[in-house]
Amino acid sequence: MDARIGVVTFPGSLDDADAARAIRIAGATPVALWHGDADLHNVDAVVLPGGFSYGDYLRCGAIAKFAPVMSLIIEKAQVGLPVLGICNGFQILCESHLLPGALTRNDHQHFICRDQKLRIESTETLWTRDFSPGQEIVIPLKNGEGGYVASEVTLDELFAENRVVATYLGGNPNGSYRDIAGISNKAGNVVGLMPHPEHAVEALTGPTTDGIPFFTSVLKSLVGAS
Amino acid sequence: MARVVVNVALKPEILDPQGRAVQGALGRLGLTGVSDVRQGKQFIIDLDGALEGERAEVMQKLAGELLSNPVIEDFTLTVEN
Amino acid sequence: MIDSVDIAQENPDASQPWAELGLKQDEYESIKQILGRRPTSSELAMYSVMWSEHCSYKSSKVHLRQFGEKAPKTDILLVGIGENAGVVDIGAGWAVTFKVESHNHPSYVEPYQGAATGVGGIVRDIISMGARPIAVMDPLRFGPADAPDTRRVLPGVVAGIGGYGNCLGLPNIGGELVFDESYAGNPLVNALCVGSMKHEDIHLASAKGVGNLVVLYGARTGGDGIGGVSVLASETFDADGPAKRPSVQVGDPFMEKLLIEATLEVLHAGLVEGIQDLGGAGISCATSELASNGEGGMHVYLDRVLLRDASLSPEEILMSESQERMCAVVTPEKIDDFMALCKKWDVEAVVIGEVTDTGRLVIEWHGEIIVDVPPRSVAHDGPVYERPFHRPSWQDALQADTPTAQRLARPSTPEELKQTLLDLISSPNLASKSWVTSQYDRYVMGNTILAQPEDAGMIRVDEESGLGVAISTDCNSRFAKLDPYAGAQLALVESYRNISVAGAKPLAVTNCLNFGSPEDPEVMWQFSQATTGLADGCRELGIPVTGGNVSFYNQTGDIAINPTPVVGVLGVIDDVDRRTPMAWEDDGDLIYILGDTFDEFAGSEWAHLRGHLGGLPPKVNFAQERLLSEIMVAASRDGMITAAHDVSDGGVGVAITEMALRANTGARFWIPDNIDPFVFLFAESTARAIAVIARTEELRFTEMCAARGLSATRFGVVDSGLGIDSGYPGEQVIVIDSLFTFTVGELREAHEATLPALFGG
Repeated sequence: MDARIGVVTFPGSLDDADAARAIRIAGATPVALWHGDADLHNVDAVVLPGGFSYGDYLRCGAIAKFAPVMSLIIEKAQVGLPVLGICNGFQILCESHLLPGALTRNDHQHFICRDQKLRIESTETLWTRDFSPGQEIVIPLKNGEGGYVASEVTLDELFAENRVVATYLGGNPNGSYRDIAGISNKAGNVVGLMPHPEHAVEALTGPTTDGIPFFTSVLKSLVGAS
Repeated sequence: MARVVVNVALKPEILDPQGRAVQGALGRLGLTGVSDVRQGKQFIIDLDGALEGERAEVMQKLAGELLSNPVIEDFTLTVEN
Repeated sequence: MIDSVDIAQENPDASQPWAELGLKQDEYESIKQILGRRPTSSELAMYSVMWSEHCSYKSSKVHLRQFGEKAPKTDILLVGIGENAGVVDIGAGWAVTFKVESHNHPSYVEPYQGAATGVGGIVRDIISMGARPIAVMDPLRFGPADAPDTRRVLPGVVAGIGGYGNCLGLPNIGGELVFDESYAGNPLVNALCVGSMKHEDIHLASAKGVGNLVVLYGARTGGDGIGGVSVLASETFDADGPAKRPSVQVGDPFMEKLLIEATLEVLHAGLVEGIQDLGGAGISCATSELASNGEGGMHVYLDRVLLRDASLSPEEILMSESQERMCAVVTPEKIDDFMALCKKWDVEAVVIGEVTDTGRLVIEWHGEIIVDVPPRSVAHDGPVYERPFHRPSWQDALQADTPTAQRLARPSTPEELKQTLLDLISSPNLASKSWVTSQYDRYVMGNTILAQPEDAGMIRVDEESGLGVAISTDCNSRFAKLDPYAGAQLALVESYRNISVAGAKPLAVTNCLNFGSPEDPEVMWQFSQATTGLADGCRELGIPVTGGNVSFYNQTGDIAINPTPVVGVLGVIDDVDRRTPMAWEDDGDLIYILGDTFDEFAGSEWAHLRGHLGGLPPKVNFAQERLLSEIMVAASRDGMITAAHDVSDGGVGVAITEMALRANTGARFWIPDNIDPFVFLFAESTARAIAVIARTEELRFTEMCAARGLSATRFGVVDSGLGIDSGYPGEQVIVIDSLFTFTVGELREAHEATLPALFGG
């Protein structure tokens, strides 16, 4: 039986189909989850995809956190459900307080789309087990509000507890504090990532296939659990 | 009838690139001596009746949770009855 | 007191502001003839927007007819000219629709919103055909790069295109960025969209079925752009600034995203009989076009329209250009399901009328009839002008001023040639466009196979089979000024060649014809020449024009822009895996120049940098272009070719530099025998491409070229180890014969520094 990974579609989600493709390529079954439907349909993990949910009105991800499906996800995430938030998904996780800190406007004020070099800092999370510590990868980055900010206390804590999942290499593309590209919660089941691994799963369409391990990692943890 | 005005701005320690861009523009357009510019948001909420008791608490709570993100933003709330 | 039909009949001599609304006296008289009375103020508003140049094509119709009359016979056209966009069969039950449109004047007035709403408009045209939009491209033209006005307009335009397109989730896969004195004060912002669908999904804009309901859905109607169409597109800007500054349309891409999803769902659920998007002229256009394409009649209750601003008068509602609105015709049995799907996506919808068979478009406002017109007279049978035209008096002198070696000193020493290449690749027109393109999402939807700086944008349409399409837009307006007939053909063949070089077979054409005032006979001559050239060219190449757009009045005072007929060609590729990228990879791969190079510098980038424009543009050779195309497509399909690049602006020198930068790998080149180095490196002759061939494929490839009669001359070899011998250990190097050497690093620095230095990091 294939693992089932849910992908939430909010009004304005854009990379949901791409997340579903990545899940399929990794060998699992993607399950479409509707924002208005407070039902996770027994999925084993959830992906909050990139996009402009609710048009980024009020603040990016601020309105999405109140969607019916989110209250269920927040509840389950707190008891171990693996959740990966990509870009807008990362913003939603921070607004939901499943992750600390917040994402702000890129410091140079432009939307930026580029093939971004990253270093995987932590391979302890459910979404990064298939990487080797310190592995350097290239996956697309595309956002206008990607600057990760948090208090000094929070930042120190994140590094000390090995919860910084990835950092930017070759220059900071958006002003994120301490070059942080992704973080996890204490338990390591919830990960927020600014760049887009789902766009680096096919040699034909992506700069590399370095995004695949994010999706295969979680399958390992699901097999292990059952 | 009550009018609630909530002003939201980034906390002072957070980089405000939009405020900085406006500061540059003001200088270029002839306003000298601008020491700082912060860009924020204003919500104007018109309510039936006066704002008091539990309802005022709910308003305060929402100002701090929905209208602003407490991780990076501060807010002020004033009421005109 | 509303000006109803009854009142119009009772007060036939009331004075009306037809001139302020942009109508001419004879047009006003013509309306009175059609109606048998004076128009009501609402009818006047409708005619004024629908008969404006932008909506009615009154000055261009007689010339555009050629696209239909001279159309080559082809069986790939599923929907031809006349609908919102043409639809082309690409095989395996798939179809593709594409179109390019202009939003020039609004972008000068309000760059961000003008460009943003331009994207919104073209995307709605595509969904109204029943297609899912899959990519966008933007041909952009501005005044000189260092002009203050360009600094004002360009960043806003780019931010607007990105802001709107990125939010819709459409990859931006190509476009153009051109700076020329001629566009100062009149930037050109053209927007292209491609959509894909299955054959059975095609929908047309017609209101069929008496009793069927007319539904307006999407954003509420407000005061956006009132008079925009009739005023902005039919008036030039005078030297002191825009004569009129009406409210500009403001876009909401989130609403458009919801509109796309809701529309595709209602279409796929079979709930729609006819559909039309609301663009220029808003409700006036949608109702009159739907009615005249269908049973011929419609009854509309205008007071049912959902408003953002309750103070709008009926005339204003009819003229409003509020964005993100669509109009659908739905049977009474299906209306509940239709409404439910709109609600699912939080899209407001309201029934505003029904289809009738009266042959009249009747509009009511709170019980009073304010419009009662024959819809065809509004939507299709508008005035048709035969504007006078004559060849400009200066054309002969311009064409005689060829940049010969005597007329314009040419670089000859190695240092001069080296400097020429550096000047060209760092010039604003040829420099890296990353500053612009990195503000656009190229990855969303996960089907982007090729995007800028590749020759064409390529999108995978079918994930299972690998079926894909490629698109390119091109126009060299300097060529078009020297000779508008040839210039339009040169734009066509360049686009055709770009598609072919990527490995796709060209199928169909769209165009955006940007010109000055049609009231100027010299401009009108340019227009007639360009349309004739394009129509003749399409016939030669066997690919039809499927639709397009005309933008007139691009001028300030008496000075028109260069004639700018932007041509977009769409091609199909059976398996995107076979596409030909532009970067070489392996040491030892051989680099060939295909086609012939002649001493042709008129209108070239080199001459432009020297401040010279004169002579006749490079010769067009359709037979050669077809041959080159067939060979490039065959070679790609059969795996003979590793990489390829079209040779155009800046000639071979610039083309190999672009390839080297993309590959980040060096190569050694030699100038072929019997050709002057300057000519070989920088002339802009047509029907040429650079092909990179693995040694194992060389014989097969050269034999194919020889058999087909295409010149193929080996002139380079890929070599990543040239650094040591040329004095740059550890670096990638380009060696041009015994003339000069560049490191890829210094080329990159020169190429990438220009735009950020001009427009901010």
